[in-house]
Amino acid sequence: MYGWLWRHLPGPAVVRVLLLLVLAAAVLATCFTWLFPWLAPYMPFNDTTVGE
Amino acid sequence: MSSTEVPPVAPTTRRDRHERQQRRGGGFLLGTVGVLGELLITAGVLLLAFLAWQLWWTDVEANSAQAAIVEEQGWDVPLQPVGDEGPTVVTPRYDDPPVLDEPEYLTTFASMRVPRWDGEPTRTITQGTDRPRVLNPLGVGHYEGTAMPGGVGNFALAAHRTTYGKPFNRIEELQEGDPIVVWTQDTWYVYRVTASEVVMPQDVRVIAPVPNQPDAEPTERYITLTTCHPMFSARERYIVHGVLDYWAPVSEGVPAELAEVS
Repeated sequence: MYGWLWRHLPGPAVVRVLLLLVLAAAVLATCFTWLFPWLAPYMPFNDTTVGE
Repeated sequence: MSSTEVPPVAPTTRRDRHERQQRRGGGFLLGTVGVLGELLITAGVLLLAFLAWQLWWTDVEANSAQAAIVEEQGWDVPLQPVGDEGPTVVTPRYDDPPVLDEPEYLTTFASMRVPRWDGEPTRTITQGTDRPRVLNPLGVGHYEGTAMPGGVGNFALAAHRTTYGKPFNRIEELQEGDPIVVWTQDTWYVYRVTASEVVMPQDVRVIAPVPNQPDAEPTERYITLTTCHPMFSARERYIVHGVLDYWAPVSEGVPAELAEVS
């Protein structure tokens, strides 16, 4: 999977490493902004109120 | 010498070498296992990222949002000393305090500070206790239908103990007699802690007008804080009860309990 990605990235090794870093940062940013906030309500450790 | 004989072509590109290695090493099966391994490692890294987000980033976001509201709505203004000689200390009043009507959902109508939690910032109190709109972004929520600050009955509040700014993180440090200071725009209300307990999530009796006596008619002015217990779990709830000690107008100065804080 990552091997495939590596072979399909353009440019010399330095450029590919930089590209991979940018891609990883983009994936993390997506998770922090959308995926994790959506996921959090399903986690069983955030309830603070009585009742419901 | 035969000129038609073609010499075997040596693999020159990286892709050729790779494919040859795959064929030699078991081909398809090994490739699948490799991809599976990479997926599992990726999943592990993403789980760590989720932990970092939940345990650290939600605090960063919520604390800055809550500090911005305190600043914007001026909740810390009454804490700032007016003259050079420090703040004027209010005279406690023990008669019937002024009590606000319950505001609309999502209205931020009061602030609170607990001197025992030295270093904690002022937390605002907002009408409602749902997580996406009140507890996660705004901090402390007021149970709808319970008493307002200073009112006869039970002024019941909820907030996170871990994550999202964790306003009630240090709730377990509270001891009998500790002040909990709540203020609206015009009035200070100083409550004193009377008891702490751990209950199950469905035990709504703790926020009854008389705590733990659902059918009793209230004559006292109680406060109740609810949060999760144990930390990082929602199995039980940690509850702190208190009762109103005195009130004073904000215009007179600050309560002695907060004179050291600001």
